[in-house]
Amino acid sequence: MSAGAPTVGVLALQGDVREHLAALRAEGAVAVPVRRPAELAAVDGLVLPGGESTTIAKLAVRFGLMDPLRAAVRAGLPVYGSCAGMVLLADRLVDAPAGQETVGGLDVTVRRNAFGRQVDSFESTLRLEGPDLGGEPVPAVFIRAPWVERAGAGVEVLGRVVGGEGDGKIVAVRQGDLLATSFHPELTGDRRVHALFVEIVRDARGHRSGAVAGEERRPS
Amino acid sequence: MSVPDQTSPRATGTAAVKRGMAEQLKGGVIMDVVTAEQARIAEDAGAVAVMALERVPADIRAQGGIARMSDPDMISSIVSAVSIPVMAKARIGHFVEAQVLQSLGVDYVDESEVLTPADEAHHIDKHAFTVPFVCGATDLGEALRRIAEGAAMIRSKGEAGTGNVVEAVRHMRAIRAGIRKLTTLDETELYVAAKELRAPVELVALVAREGKLPVVLFTAGGIATPADAAMMMQLGAEGVFVGSGIFKSGDPAQRAAAIVQATTFADDPEVIAKVSRGLGEAMVGINVATLPESERFATRGW
Repeated sequence: MSAGAPTVGVLALQGDVREHLAALRAEGAVAVPVRRPAELAAVDGLVLPGGESTTIAKLAVRFGLMDPLRAAVRAGLPVYGSCAGMVLLADRLVDAPAGQETVGGLDVTVRRNAFGRQVDSFESTLRLEGPDLGGEPVPAVFIRAPWVERAGAGVEVLGRVVGGEGDGKIVAVRQGDLLATSFHPELTGDRRVHALFVEIVRDARGHRSGAVAGEERRPS
Repeated sequence: MSVPDQTSPRATGTAAVKRGMAEQLKGGVIMDVVTAEQARIAEDAGAVAVMALERVPADIRAQGGIARMSDPDMISSIVSAVSIPVMAKARIGHFVEAQVLQSLGVDYVDESEVLTPADEAHHIDKHAFTVPFVCGATDLGEALRRIAEGAAMIRSKGEAGTGNVVEAVRHMRAIRAGIRKLTTLDETELYVAAKELRAPVELVALVAREGKLPVVLFTAGGIATPADAAMMMQLGAEGVFVGSGIFKSGDPAQRAAAIVQATTFADDPEVIAKVSRGLGEAMVGINVATLPESERFATRGW
């Protein structure tokens, strides 16, 4: 089962799904849209795209996807969230409308629309941490973007903004197989974040199928 | 270990930031609202954004007179009522209305034919703004002229306020057919195509190469039911504007939620059937063919 490209889903309830699908395919994954529990069950990893987090969360609840999503994250499904996806992955939100639900799993507190309204949206370049993201700065587009107010002990900080509104705020994090960015690498053509995520999915699948193979061998 | 940092200054109002904003709205429904209360109903129903305006198109039609940008107090009350993006309409060519809307912090300006045009020849120079603009188009040439002026999002015009989807269908088909035709031309034919489309040849060549507009394409005008929204999505729209169709209907909250769901599952008739049940009265429609030329909004814009 572990042979071949990993299958990575993109939650396709609303948002910039096509751009994520294209970036994932370019990094060698089989990329598929996910709107139903059965489609979620068939993927090795999942991207929560940019979009309106309130809309995506409401549709996920209405179509019976919220609980399967939470269960999948708890069971160790690798997930990458960009912008709205970061909001959806957060365990805690500030400045969110009353009753906004999240999938959770990422031990962070996220502030929605933290940088301001659309007139404050901006692009810049950002130096990120880590063997896969280091080197040249990545182009980063922030659109009504969130930031991480507080990150738990197990969360690795991959990038922060410097200067201006939100000086020093965390905008890229990783916690095990969960990855999140405030910005939209799917819009820029720089695919290092997607490459890292596909690699995370590949490794996770390798470990899982290794474990299954081990269990299968035991009885004989 | 290097200290992570931002290595270039922040640039606001760039094409990537303006067009990227519209990319985030894809697959969603943007709803006309005239009060903060309606804006909250729209947000609760799952709208990706609201369009703040003084009167919905159906009332503009019924009441006549000059339709202008809304009262800043009303726009501000809507901006503070919801967490989703807020759009607002400026008259075609009325760049000061657009400046005012930008200063109020709206997230997108709709240079809209639903309001009475302020300039019979010129649209707003949208490059001059930090706030992004959406503009209406009836065909590919009109779409490309608006993009050349700086529009970061295009919508079909439809015939707003009629509850009749026929014009939105015509415009969406015309835009998509125009794109398909361009992709079949060889490079030497693009110059004449640009002349016929009355659009810059660079943009025409880009569309011919990519097979799509360089900005997001939504549908608008006359969408009143979940099936209308789903049909427009199947015809190639990347999202839906609903104007009078929601708050001129019997049960706005339920209809709004149904149109949102039908837009996401546009290719699934079972979902559309399910959400279409028990919606109550749809808005009373107008047959566009009976509208005199002077009352048609879609012919406004040049």
